[in-house]
Amino acid sequence: MEMPAPSAAVLAKRDRIVERLRKLLPADAVIDDPAETRAYECDALTAYACSPLAVVLPSTTEEVSAILGLCHAEQVPVVPRGAGTSLAGGSLPTEDSVILGVARMTEVLETDYDNRFIRVQTGRTNLSVTGAVEEDGFFYAPDPSSQLACAIAGNIAMNSGGAHCLKYGVTTNNLLGVTLVQMDGTVLELGGAHLDPGGLDLLGVVCGSEGQLGVVTEATLRILPKPEGARPVLMGFFSNEIAGACVSDIIKAGVLPVAIEFMDRPCIRACEAFAKAGYPDVEALLIVEVEGSETEIEEQLGLILQIARRHEPEVLREAADADEAARIWLGRKSAFGAMGQINDYICLDGTIPVSKLPEVLRGIRELSRGYGLEVANVFHAGDGNMHPLILFNANEGELGKAEALGADILTLCVEVGGCLTGEHGVGIEKRDLMSVQYTPADLEAQMRVKDVFDPAWLLNPAKVFPLAASASRRIAAE
Amino acid sequence: MRPESEEELARLVAEAAGPLRIRGGGTREIGRPVPGEVVETGGLSGITLHEPGALTLVARAGTPLSEIDAQLAGDGQRLAFEPMDHRPLLGTAGAPTIGGVIAAGVSGPRRIAVGAARDFLLGVRFVDGAGTVVSNGGRVMKNVTGYDLVKLMAGSWGTLGILTEVSLKVLAKPAAEATLIARGLSATEGVAALSRALTSPFDVTGAAHLDAATTGGDSETRVRIEGLEGSVAYRLRALRSGALPGWETAEGEASAALWREVRDVLPFAGRQGAVWQVSVKPTDGPHVSQALREAGIEHAALYDWGGGRVWLLTPDAGDAGAASLRAATRGLGGHATLLRASPATRAAVPPFPPRANGVAALDAALRAKFDPRGILNPGLMA
Repeated sequence: MEMPAPSAAVLAKRDRIVERLRKLLPADAVIDDPAETRAYECDALTAYACSPLAVVLPSTTEEVSAILGLCHAEQVPVVPRGAGTSLAGGSLPTEDSVILGVARMTEVLETDYDNRFIRVQTGRTNLSVTGAVEEDGFFYAPDPSSQLACAIAGNIAMNSGGAHCLKYGVTTNNLLGVTLVQMDGTVLELGGAHLDPGGLDLLGVVCGSEGQLGVVTEATLRILPKPEGARPVLMGFFSNEIAGACVSDIIKAGVLPVAIEFMDRPCIRACEAFAKAGYPDVEALLIVEVEGSETEIEEQLGLILQIARRHEPEVLREAADADEAARIWLGRKSAFGAMGQINDYICLDGTIPVSKLPEVLRGIRELSRGYGLEVANVFHAGDGNMHPLILFNANEGELGKAEALGADILTLCVEVGGCLTGEHGVGIEKRDLMSVQYTPADLEAQMRVKDVFDPAWLLNPAKVFPLAASASRRIAAE
Repeated sequence: MRPESEEELARLVAEAAGPLRIRGGGTREIGRPVPGEVVETGGLSGITLHEPGALTLVARAGTPLSEIDAQLAGDGQRLAFEPMDHRPLLGTAGAPTIGGVIAAGVSGPRRIAVGAARDFLLGVRFVDGAGTVVSNGGRVMKNVTGYDLVKLMAGSWGTLGILTEVSLKVLAKPAAEATLIARGLSATEGVAALSRALTSPFDVTGAAHLDAATTGGDSETRVRIEGLEGSVAYRLRALRSGALPGWETAEGEASAALWREVRDVLPFAGRQGAVWQVSVKPTDGPHVSQALREAGIEHAALYDWGGGRVWLLTPDAGDAGAASLRAATRGLGGHATLLRASPATRAAVPPFPPRANGVAALDAALRAKFDPRGILNPGLMA
């Protein structure tokens, strides 16, 4: 993975930039001591790291505007950062960049139950948005695995998903409005507590733009009344193919579970060893969860179990109480931790049409054998969002090989009609694979949008687009 | 012009000497009247993929909506965002196309529960103003690969590009539906009742209030429930014994008819006057009507989306209420679109809501990038 050489001009005026930043912000909001900036050298994609020129931690939209205005005037690249949980390197700094972290912006600004929204500063964590409304019976639906730590700012930048988006959608479907600060310091309101834009859907393109179009400082989020109850059921099957067919049949039948999670044998074994959730040792396992009152849960599960039985499951396990329900989820929720215990791993995020599950799982198995690296599969089966985990040993220099296997798996996802990333984002990780999915004209159309929002290409510039594709723009801007 | 393929369309656009008016079924004559040669998308027709088990449908933009509805119904599925049929309200004829639905960003009553047209749009192919074919998104439900131009294209009325193909998420049609009805409530009482229903855990998929001037009799407040038989029965009981005590019930086809009426704003069809489509936060809905009353403008109001979308029938004279409505929506947060009016009114009043300065600058810059010669439906959204 390559990053562009830092701008010598910016590095040369480092002291002046820091001095000017200090004039804009309280003393503790500007960090330039190398010992401290190191804490920001990477995000959750830890394979790559680089200390930034400085780190700023503003508390208000006005401060963000002042910082960006200054960096724009000085032509300093800015890398926005939420909680630093990106798996794609979305907030990886460059040596000549200022990290703009929103971690101190955690206020709840407004809660309105009658109109079913909450307005927050975007440094607030995903789970604490729900935390602010759950006593009153509401929740915020998108639930990425990192929800305890990840910030709404990052969720918006990456259009994050989660396990329950089969029913509730991803971030973009739950985002009503934002306060966006552009690179030149201009503050804009897009959307609000009302629905739909009345003009071009700029909010729609800002969500998922990976911090390249502006810094989102405040967000209006849709909140929903909590369902009366929820219950998972666990199913074990003799093959991935059978489990895949069962998923398709459930979806076709017209019951829309809130989640359908899939794990294959390598993943089940690792999770079981780690979490001891009592998972059966089967080839493929599904966790299907439905919501509603007791009556409604019975009705939905009745249908789902009827479908599952047609696929001759090895195991069918209903949760009799909350304790059993928690055990069914325990293994799945600790999957990434379990893998981390055994090995280094890369977590992929390709999405495929649900009908291609068996074919892609077979393809992954063959690729895995070819590379001599084990791959465990855990994913959101209902919407085809796969998370193959490639296990490797970094100390034995296997990172390069693991990345090459990852690229082959993602290429396979695209070939069957899917995409490179379903909820993690492109960042630097999938940047150079973008040409597998998009033609030069497709990429050009996307880069035009950045030209409009950030003509100088200063915001998170070396991400998302292959370096060669964005080179002329980044150089022209210098 | 009626191109028969995407390549032909791309060539026609690249070689166009002047402005182009893009036309699907021609049923949604909305916005500023646009000059230019008509480009019909009807030659780009046909469903290219329907995978019921993956909840996915891909169709060329000129495919008639009726063909898509029939295909989906064959597998017990539907477009869940419930796109409005504008023909009765606008007095237009023709066959609505899926491209038109998406380009106009048309969603119906179920939008409050499941999302808008843009939320069900998984991928697009389009020809930009230079005649280049662009693809974005795809056919899978979760996709964050690159920028989401899919959302940008939905509701852009052909001003950024001419859609050639769309991929959509579809959903199963539930086994049962029912509507709870109350009569004689004021708009404020009606919207408050809708809020109670929408803040309950009972998955309300329609929430509308029709004022007396709209029904021609008592006002009517409606709440829709859909799902499995047992579940619908359970939720009806729960709502009637809680948030909506004693409300009447309509089930099955009787219920469906009530929501077609709301979806297509049928009470205003065939009645004289201008029609506005206003978006505010739900509890502000009645304030919009109040603003018109204070300005002495007689009107009828149909509140959908729990009060958040207000359809207004105003006299088609002067500015048809534009000044009052736009001042009100500016103050409350929201916007008002003039959907139906005489050509004279539509020439005098910008049909689309004015945008804040910084936002308008981005709109203009985006259009200049995607349509550098300004030939695609020029000025339609101005």
